[in-house]
Amino acid sequence: MISLSDVTRSYPGGVTALDKVSLEIERGELVAIVGPSGSGKSTMLNVVGTLDRPTSGTVRIDGYDVAKLSDGQLSALRATRIGFVFQHFHLAAKVPAVDNVADGLVYTGIGRSERRRRAAAALERVGLGHRLDHEPHELSGGERQRVAIARAVAGDPPLLLADEPTGALDSVSGTGVMDLLHDLNAAGTTIVIITHDREIAASLPRQVRMRDGQIVSDSAAEEKVA
Amino acid sequence: MAAVIEHARLPKLTPARMKPGDVLRVGAVGLRTRPLRAFLSALGIAIGIAAMIGVVGISSSSGAELDRTLSALGTNLLTVSSGQTLMGEPAKMPVEAEAMIERIGPVQAVSAAGKIGDAKVYRSEEVPKAQTNGINTYAARLDLPATVGATLRSGTWLNAATERYPAAVLGSNTAQRLGVGAAGPDTQVVVGGKRFTVVGILDPVPLADELDSAVLVGWPVAEAELDFDGYPTTLYTRTEEASLETVRSVLAGTANPEAPNEVDVSRPSDALAAKQATSQAFTGLLLGVGAVALLVGGVGVANTMVISVLERRSEIGLRRSLGATRGQIRTQFLAESLLLSALGGAGGVLIGTGVTMGYALYQGWPAVIPGWATAGGLAATLAIGAVAGLYPAVRASRLSPTEALATP
Repeated sequence: MISLSDVTRSYPGGVTALDKVSLEIERGELVAIVGPSGSGKSTMLNVVGTLDRPTSGTVRIDGYDVAKLSDGQLSALRATRIGFVFQHFHLAAKVPAVDNVADGLVYTGIGRSERRRRAAAALERVGLGHRLDHEPHELSGGERQRVAIARAVAGDPPLLLADEPTGALDSVSGTGVMDLLHDLNAAGTTIVIITHDREIAASLPRQVRMRDGQIVSDSAAEEKVA
Repeated sequence: MAAVIEHARLPKLTPARMKPGDVLRVGAVGLRTRPLRAFLSALGIAIGIAAMIGVVGISSSSGAELDRTLSALGTNLLTVSSGQTLMGEPAKMPVEAEAMIERIGPVQAVSAAGKIGDAKVYRSEEVPKAQTNGINTYAARLDLPATVGATLRSGTWLNAATERYPAAVLGSNTAQRLGVGAAGPDTQVVVGGKRFTVVGILDPVPLADELDSAVLVGWPVAEAELDFDGYPTTLYTRTEEASLETVRSVLAGTANPEAPNEVDVSRPSDALAAKQATSQAFTGLLLGVGAVALLVGGVGVANTMVISVLERRSEIGLRRSLGATRGQIRTQFLAESLLLSALGGAGGVLIGTGVTMGYALYQGWPAVIPGWATAGGLAATLAIGAVAGLYPAVRASRLSPTEALATP
């Protein structure tokens, strides 16, 4: 699903956020990328999410070589293959949950009524079937993150990228969101979660630890060695 | 090599096109979330368009009113007045001038008035001699009102009996200056030292405005009582419309065969049209002021759009992560700018139309708003919206998605 080989991302001014990183993530995996802030994990998410291009190295997402795609093709890749979940939800204020989710599908070319139908189904799936017409300010933090997750999975992308999905939530809501992500993974979605929370990372089947732009340990690789 | 082959087997990625309805809906997001700001920046455009539509509308309405007046009064009135001799002294037309002009074939009617230079007009004998109020006394033929199209506000015109006695008809300004409200047997004014009874007061006469500040008395009484020399100073002629220019060219020679150069021939309706043309030049100036207002409105829209792009960086980042292409982001902000100015333009057309209708109604004019003004106004707003939105839209589309998402 995801294949990075010798990926380097450096910024003008000499900062190297990713330093020759190689990583393979198979279809159906649930992976935590964990590390302190400044370790390069956010850059990793941007590169994997095709929001950013590497300075050197090869990135393949669902078989596509990112370097060979134009901006329009990358946008199409994101629209159809990748769902994003952010720490701060990024929901539109004063817009009902169902429209927040439906508007996420506007770039897939699906008609409006079909978008709303899928949005309602996605909200049902994250357990908010009774909150369709509620606006973000009427929802709790955990519920807002569920709406954001519904938006990310409404188009049935094979890959879900979550950046600190529980970072802005209390522990009870956080646990609920993590359970939901586990359920989605069980239903077949490949999920990569960026977190600095070791506890959350430990609850996932595979952990990739990062520091100073490099992978310092990968639980999958250690198993192979063992 | 293997990589290339593998790549070829993958389905081709093409970004989906947005339907026009979706473009509109996404473009309206900014207006819905910040309605007050949208309203205010649309208001700037609206004021500019309203000013322009109002100026054009009011000037067109006044033009339509003039056309209506002229078609009611007729444009076939020619005025012949005695000018000056080569020595600069007032010239005199022969007494026979009236009869001579009447003999020109296409002439339908002739009437005359003779200015009585020494007959000053006062409200009563008590008024100091210096306060003449700029009122002139004329001896008038009985058919004068019919020829110039004058109507009476009060009382009656002179008739075969009253033209022999001290009876006077006042022009509209004269009545106002003398403080005479209505004609009646008890109302008298002093003309040339004699008391004259006011038998009538005229409405304003658009084609012969010299009569507005005149006192008109009968030809015989003027000769008998006011030392009038009997020479007409102004002749009014109505002519068949088709031969107007022909008649015009022979009028001077006919009126005063000995000295045609001492006679001025004019067409009063031309003067009214010329006045209209002058006010049109002023309209052009006002239109320029409206255009400046519109331009300022456009700057307001551009400003709003720049701020909107700055504030909505995270939304732009989110949309990019959801699969929006650069072009789609650009289209979104361009659509927002166009919507904003189109709203302003539509509002401006409504306000401008309302102002024109109100003013025309107040003046008793027909309300006319030319279609080109409305169409031009709307086209101008769209052009302004496009120009104002272009730079912010391009900036929004160039924003890197990671940078946009990094801002909270």
